[in-house]
Amino acid sequence: MEPVLTRFVREPHAYTLGFYLKNEGYEGLRKALAMKPEQVIDIVKASGLKGRGGAGFPTGMKWQFVVKDTPKAKYIVCNADESEPGTFKDHLLMERNPHLLFEGCLIACHAIGAKVAYIYIRGEFFHVQEVMERQLEDAYRNGYVGKNVMGLGFDCDIHIHRGAGAYEAGEETALLESLEGKRAQPRLKPPFPASAGLYGSPTAVNNVETLCNVPVIMQKGAEWYAALGPEKNGGPKLYCVSGHVQKPGVYEASMKISLRELIYDAAGGIRDGRQLKAVIPGGSSVPILLPHQLDIEASFDGVAKAGSLLGSAGIIVLDDTTCMVWLAENLLRFYRHESCGKCTPCREGTQWVLNILEKIERGEGEMKDLALLENVAGLIAGKTLCAFGDAAATPALTTLKNFRAEYEAHVREGRCTVPAPWRRRHAAPVSAH
Amino acid sequence: MPVDDGKPFAYTSENRERLEVIAARYPGNPAGRRSAILPALYLVQRQLGYVSLSAIQHVAEVIGCTPADVEDVVSFYTMFYTRPVGKFVVQVCRTLPCALRGAERVTEDLMDALGVEPNGTDPSGTFTLMEVECLGACDRAPLVMVNDSWHECLAPEDAKTLVADLRARGEAALTGCHHQAPDRANPEPRTENQNREPRT
Repeated sequence: MEPVLTRFVREPHAYTLGFYLKNEGYEGLRKALAMKPEQVIDIVKASGLKGRGGAGFPTGMKWQFVVKDTPKAKYIVCNADESEPGTFKDHLLMERNPHLLFEGCLIACHAIGAKVAYIYIRGEFFHVQEVMERQLEDAYRNGYVGKNVMGLGFDCDIHIHRGAGAYEAGEETALLESLEGKRAQPRLKPPFPASAGLYGSPTAVNNVETLCNVPVIMQKGAEWYAALGPEKNGGPKLYCVSGHVQKPGVYEASMKISLRELIYDAAGGIRDGRQLKAVIPGGSSVPILLPHQLDIEASFDGVAKAGSLLGSAGIIVLDDTTCMVWLAENLLRFYRHESCGKCTPCREGTQWVLNILEKIERGEGEMKDLALLENVAGLIAGKTLCAFGDAAATPALTTLKNFRAEYEAHVREGRCTVPAPWRRRHAAPVSAH
Repeated sequence: MPVDDGKPFAYTSENRERLEVIAARYPGNPAGRRSAILPALYLVQRQLGYVSLSAIQHVAEVIGCTPADVEDVVSFYTMFYTRPVGKFVVQVCRTLPCALRGAERVTEDLMDALGVEPNGTDPSGTFTLMEVECLGACDRAPLVMVNDSWHECLAPEDAKTLVADLRARGEAALTGCHHQAPDRANPEPRTENQNREPRT
């Protein structure tokens, strides 16, 4: 498939307004503004566009759910808090193709009847924000954002809001809390953002890549778009391949592509002539797949059928030097640190799971710890307000399920049995309990 | 608990004006004004280097909320420092994709080069070392962020070079994004960052 979203990212001035306009920039918006909002939503529904942030929810439906009959202002909020370990596609889009995102925000605002879009960008992407702010100023100056957009009588503002370091802010209701100047903690749902989101107003929260697909759909049509991918998984997809591959990077492809093609063709295969051990196909929160499971369609449905999730399409590749107990410990340290603390099973459970994993990795584990690990992780999953709890439980559960013998070897031999040349040279510090 | 440094904090007139420009992006009511808390804290940090107890009170007055509201926010987010930090805050991404490519060793070598443990600041107040969670640049692992600038694909041996460079050239060594990307097998394009001099 010819790249669509990343077609020009290697051109030196791809991020500028001038370059964008020369390549049919803002023409999708022109088409959208000539239509009624309901027509725009119908086209996006017909395209089959599914949210690219992780949940894969159909975008057209999300917009349709936004309450129309209300005196309140409505909002589009773009989730640019890209924080799922293994995910780095939105970074590329925002830095190299910011006007595509602005255009997507404007079309989305037209579709739901909003006059303002907020782009919530993670604080660590400050260099990207600088690029975007300059381009946004340029778009305002030239009449593509602000009052009377393109002379077509449409008023719409876009503002960029900088986060300050919190994984949980990527959860849509936590993001809204953060945007309201509070802790990034999830809300109890319902009410969903479509009826009571930002400042209690009807809101649609969409991921960067999702919104970047919208101008393309408006320009080329729903049919063309849907035909790019397999059934119900239409459009182009950005894949992030990281870990032990020769060429880590962002690769754009049709979702007809297989996991094997992404890892071995696009990313050049396993580095240093090593063997593949496992793949995490959708960001750190999803179950791992094994080498014999690579010949599957890397689509939302294809990966789900294999027992995992496409999630944010963060494909983390692990070679045979990777200790699976260490891996689970590394990720649990992440989840323990990022747990927002609102729900007790997650706040307390992540620390307990980490403690057990550290104990086993240090070589002090007992066989009964394996059952305890499963028990405690199982007490987090499904028992929290947001999906973080399921995500936090996954690393321990999926490694235990697929690599139990490795855990048992740690316990039996009283040490880590899979030393790697890239791990720390000195003993790891023991975390505070 | 943010440090009580005994110095009363107030925005410079420039920062105070800047805050009002930012606050105008949100609805003109108390809930909307509260959205400016994160930007207000970034302005404090830019002016003072960290967020002190006095600054929290000042932000609360300017926003029109309670100091507890502001402190609630400060204590939640990792990018606000509640005590003085070094001139250069060196943050190593330690999450899985970076760790798979040697981030643990980068941290060890930075500890050696700087003579500090993670979360420590050297006696001269120049460097603070931190281990942080996923920075979202897993294709350029291992990643080290110094203040707001990214330094990418840092092999452990590069870590020592980076420290020597920061010691020798100071802020000029902070080049913004895509420090080493051109050397990659699959380079992403460089950011054309007009604000900073390119490093070569």
